[in-house]
Amino acid sequence: MGKKLLEINNLKAEVEGNEILKGVDLEIRKGEIHAIMGPNGAGKSTLVNTIMGHPKYVVSAGDIIFDGKKINDLKVDERARRGIFMSFQYPEEIQGITVENFLRNAKAAVTGKKSGILAFRRALKEKLKLLKIDDSYAKRYLNVGFSGGEKKKNEILQMAVLEPKLAMLDETDSGLDVDAVRIVSEGVSKLRTEDNSVLIITHHNNILEYLKPDYVHILVNGKIVKTGDASLAEEIEENGYDKFKALA
Amino acid sequence: MEKEKTRIEDIKRNIYDMKNKDESSYKTSSGLTKEIIEEISDEKNDPDWMREFRLKSLEIYNKMPMPSWGPDLSGLDMNNIVTYVRPNTNMKHDWNDVPKDIKKTFDLLGIPKAEHESLAGVGAQYDSEIVYHNVSDELKKQGVLYMDMETAIREHEDLVRPLFMKLVPPTDHKFAALHGAVWSGGSFVYVPEGVQVKIPIQSYFRLNAPGAGQFEHTLIVVEKGASIHYIEGCSAPKYYVNNLHAGCVECYIREGASLKYSTIENWSRNMYNLNTKRALVDKNAHVEWVTGSFGSKVSMLYPMSILKGEGARCDFTGITFAGAGQYLDTGSKVVHAAPNTTSVVNSKSISKDGGVSIYRGLLGSTKNAVNAKSSVSCESLMLDSKSRSDTIPIVSAANNNVDIGHEAKIGRISDDAIFYLMSRGLTEEEAREMIVTGFVEPVAKELPLEYAVEMNNLIKLELKGTIG
Repeated sequence: MGKKLLEINNLKAEVEGNEILKGVDLEIRKGEIHAIMGPNGAGKSTLVNTIMGHPKYVVSAGDIIFDGKKINDLKVDERARRGIFMSFQYPEEIQGITVENFLRNAKAAVTGKKSGILAFRRALKEKLKLLKIDDSYAKRYLNVGFSGGEKKKNEILQMAVLEPKLAMLDETDSGLDVDAVRIVSEGVSKLRTEDNSVLIITHHNNILEYLKPDYVHILVNGKIVKTGDASLAEEIEENGYDKFKALA
Repeated sequence: MEKEKTRIEDIKRNIYDMKNKDESSYKTSSGLTKEIIEEISDEKNDPDWMREFRLKSLEIYNKMPMPSWGPDLSGLDMNNIVTYVRPNTNMKHDWNDVPKDIKKTFDLLGIPKAEHESLAGVGAQYDSEIVYHNVSDELKKQGVLYMDMETAIREHEDLVRPLFMKLVPPTDHKFAALHGAVWSGGSFVYVPEGVQVKIPIQSYFRLNAPGAGQFEHTLIVVEKGASIHYIEGCSAPKYYVNNLHAGCVECYIREGASLKYSTIENWSRNMYNLNTKRALVDKNAHVEWVTGSFGSKVSMLYPMSILKGEGARCDFTGITFAGAGQYLDTGSKVVHAAPNTTSVVNSKSISKDGGVSIYRGLLGSTKNAVNAKSSVSCESLMLDSKSRSDTIPIVSAANNNVDIGHEAKIGRISDDAIFYLMSRGLTEEEAREMIVTGFVEPVAKELPLEYAVEMNNLIKLELKGTIG
């Protein structure tokens, strides 16, 4: 079993005074894939955004411990620099900044070293190839005019460049057709090592066919009500959440 | 705990703000009288027609009221502005002969370097006189004329006299009249038929003596089928006396010709920048304005394009940045006066720390402007809640066949965008910088690299004041 990467103890979080997370416990070890499923409004997105440090989500109780250190008080960028990454459900469009330019700056921010333009371009080309993304994307403005699928792919491209320790995928498969789900999942798969971990938020079993989770957690009403293995996801696919809603 | 100085623009400005001890050998006394104008004419060896022109302009100036709209100009006391100061040197052609302290000023502004970096020629202005002027041999061979305005008046009267202040007549407004009376310095550019000038021509302007105003006149003629890119960049040191810039730019773009006119303005914080720029665009000709306006206390700038020939086109891309204590009232004017003409205006403004940034656009068309198309987009970015941004479009269509569109957007940097960028490791400051850099990118990409870099650096300096 790998070392602990993420440890969450009795995490409670609220947004604008409303408590969404009501005491979440979670432990992710290095090399593992975890999936979080649950009905709408359960708090899945809230959970990953809280881990990422979105100022809108206020932690009212509990600890978030990443790689052995408590990160509750760290700002978003500090968490990113420690190796936390989130693939957004709705990535922002940033006018006037090319994908390449952005990634070079992000990489420099995360590693503390700025690479030369040409060296970075070469490295980026490899990642584009790995994810079967056309070279022309590098020159396009970040997410501007991208289709839903293109935006999600671009998120995984960022993941490939930044090489995080923990990658949280917030409904990366939503809005994607079957082929796109496969390509994105294969991309994530290729980036996996013994030392990094993935946390997937999803409604569907599809993505989990390609990224076989070690653990599946069901989040209902701000609490994890059941943890199981991959078969739990299949059960949800067949029977829905009713059985688990009763547990909340 | 003492607040650390975060206004880096004050610290860094010293490279622009160095003042040479005022050794000016000749100064007109304050106040605008007939005698003063005669003195200026004498000093410049004006031909008679120019002397008369100046005197007539003074008459017009005295009769006209100050503009009743726009920013507050009461801080300008015209009598306190000495209009003409001449530095201790005659016109030089070789950089090595220019006096030391004047050279130092331009060294710091990077002019010799630009010369080496294969720009076609440099006309540098210091205290209302052209000090150094060097037109590359290439241009001379092609028949391109590029010289200071005073020389042009004397040596090319046939070309200049019919055009001088016809596009912007002294009757246009009070500062045009003032300009007509006291103009000094500036460049004349003439591109003969069919000549494509591949390398941009650039000029610098600088204010140095306390109270001196700058009234340079630029006249550009691009003959049939010719093309040129002209760049001007300005800088001025800080003073306690209000400074005035009332320059004038007139451009004639003949049939099928094209002119790209780029400006980066970085006036010091006490300047009143009341410049007038106008282009007359002939059949199938094209004018492109690219402007980055920073600095100055008050600016009123509305480059105007008159599309008088069929198929004429103008493009305007501009960015203004208004910081604390600044009031930038800028925009563009386009008149469609012929069929099948096109105008595209893309104006962006940024305001912070209580700065005021106003876009004022005039879009007009005459009955001739059948099938004219125009699209105006102005976008404002306010970096805090103290700042102000306004859009005042005036659209007058005398012809129902004109397709005119106007889009205005005002916004702030979204928290979600900041969060997204920070989640990739950028600090909040870096995220803001990146978003603002992206916002001005349409202007940056139209400028030659060193200008784009200077502009982005200016922006970064301006933004530093946002923290704390």
